[in-house]
Amino acid sequence: MGLDFSILPEYSDYFLTGTLWTLALTALSMFFSISGGILFAVLQLNRHAIIRWPTSFIAWLFMGTPLLLQLFLVYFGLVQIGIDLNAFVAGVIALSLHFAVYNSDIIRSAIVAVDSGQVEAARSLGLSNFQALRKIIVPQAVANVTPALGNMMIALLKESALVSVIGVMELTLSAQRAISDSFRPFEFYIAAAAIYYIINLGLEQAVHFAERRTARYR
Amino acid sequence: MSENLIEIRGLKKNFGDLAVLKGIDMNIRKGQIVALIGASGSGKSTLLRTINQLEEATAGEIWFDGQLVNQDLPHRAREKHLNQLRREIGMVFQHFNLFPHLTAIENVTLAPTMLKLQNKSDALTSGKALLDKVGLADRIDHYPSQLSGGQKQRVAIARSLAMSPQVMLFDEVTSALDPELVGEVNRVMKQLAQEHMTMIIVTHDLRFAEDVSDHVVFLADGLVVEEGPPAQIFADPKHELTQSFLKQVF
Repeated sequence: MGLDFSILPEYSDYFLTGTLWTLALTALSMFFSISGGILFAVLQLNRHAIIRWPTSFIAWLFMGTPLLLQLFLVYFGLVQIGIDLNAFVAGVIALSLHFAVYNSDIIRSAIVAVDSGQVEAARSLGLSNFQALRKIIVPQAVANVTPALGNMMIALLKESALVSVIGVMELTLSAQRAISDSFRPFEFYIAAAAIYYIINLGLEQAVHFAERRTARYR
Repeated sequence: MSENLIEIRGLKKNFGDLAVLKGIDMNIRKGQIVALIGASGSGKSTLLRTINQLEEATAGEIWFDGQLVNQDLPHRAREKHLNQLRREIGMVFQHFNLFPHLTAIENVTLAPTMLKLQNKSDALTSGKALLDKVGLADRIDHYPSQLSGGQKQRVAIARSLAMSPQVMLFDEVTSALDPELVGEVNRVMKQLAQEHMTMIIVTHDLRFAEDVSDHVVFLADGLVVEEGPPAQIFADPKHELTQSFLKQVF
C-alpha cells in the first residue's frame, strides 16, 4: 500500500477544526505566558526576599517537572479539589504557566542587561523611576528579549500538540481521529506536520519583523 | 562676592565599611568653574554624585540654591523633592549614558517634553539649537550607535543643557574617549565656561583643568587637601600630597 495523499481533501474539516483549535490554544497561551512572564520577572526582581522567594519556588517547580505531568495535574488533579475545567481551558492554563516560567527568565535577564547608567542618566534629568522604566528601560528590554522570546513561542506552538492527550481537538488529535477513520497514518501525520510547519513559518516571519522593529537603533 | 549656589557641609559617604568621603566642606558660587582633581579612589566622582544624590550621603549637608538636598523625607516625598532638584542640576557621565534607542534629537527633547517644561515643537526648536551649539546640527536624526565617542558626549551635554540647569556636573567626561576626540568635547565645555555656566568638573586632564577652571580642589583619600586658583595650585602647591600628585601626573 503506497502513499496516497488524494484522500486528504475528504478530511479537510478535521484539519480546519484542528488548525483553528491549535491556533487558539497557541495564541491564548502566548498571551498569558508573556503576561505571566513579565509579572514573574518583575516579582523576581523585587528587593524583598519575601516576594522573590515564593516566585522562585514556583519557577523551580514548573521548570523541574514535565509539561505533560503539569497538564494532567491541571486537568485531572484539580477536579479532585472541586475545580472542574474543560480540556481547552486546562490546556491553556498548563501551557501558559509552563512557558511563563521560561519567559520570565528571559525577560528578567533582558531587564537586567539594560545598563544601570541608563537609569542614572534618566534620573539625573529629573525623570521619576517609573518614567525611566517606561521610556528608557522597557524599550531596550523589549529589543533584548524579542529573539529569545520568539524562539520560545515557536516552541510553544509545537508543544501545544501535547494537549491532544486530554482530548482537545487540536491539530494532532484531529489527525489521529482522521487516521482511525481512514487507517492512513502516514499521510495524515505528514499533513499535520506540514500545517505546523506553515504556521511556524508565519510565526518566524512575525518574530523577524518584531526584531527589526525593536532593534533598528543598533 | 556673589552668593553660593552649592554649599557642602561635613559630607561623609561610606560604601559598607569603606569610608570614601570623610568630611568634605565646599562652596560653589554662581558662575564658578570648579575642577575636582585627585588620584583614582580619592572620592571626587563620589562627591560629584552625592550632589545630585545618585549616591546618598551618609552624613553632612548639601545645600543647593537655598534648599537642603539630602533632606530626610518619606520615600515618595523624597523622590519628588529630588526629581525637582535634579532638573536644575545637569550631569554628564564618563560613558555618555545616551539612550541608545533614541536619536540625538530625541535624547535631547525627551526630558523637557516628558516633564512638561516644553511642548513638542518648542522642545524640538530648542533641541536643534542645542545640537547646533555643540556642533552636531547635521547629526540630529542619528542614533548613538552611529556617532563617534566625541559626538556622543556632545549630545549628552546638549541633553543636560536642554533642562536649562543652574549647574553642570561633569564626571570624567573625556576619560573614555580616544585622544583625538577629547578636544571637541573640551571645546564645548570651554564655551559653556565662557557663558558663565556654573560647572563642577571631575577630571584627570590637568591641563584642561588649569585652562578652564577658576578654582581647583585637590582631594586625597576622601578629604579636601588643598584648594585655590589654578595658577597657585598648579604652579605653587602648598601641601606635600598635592605636590607629589602633580609630580606624578604632570
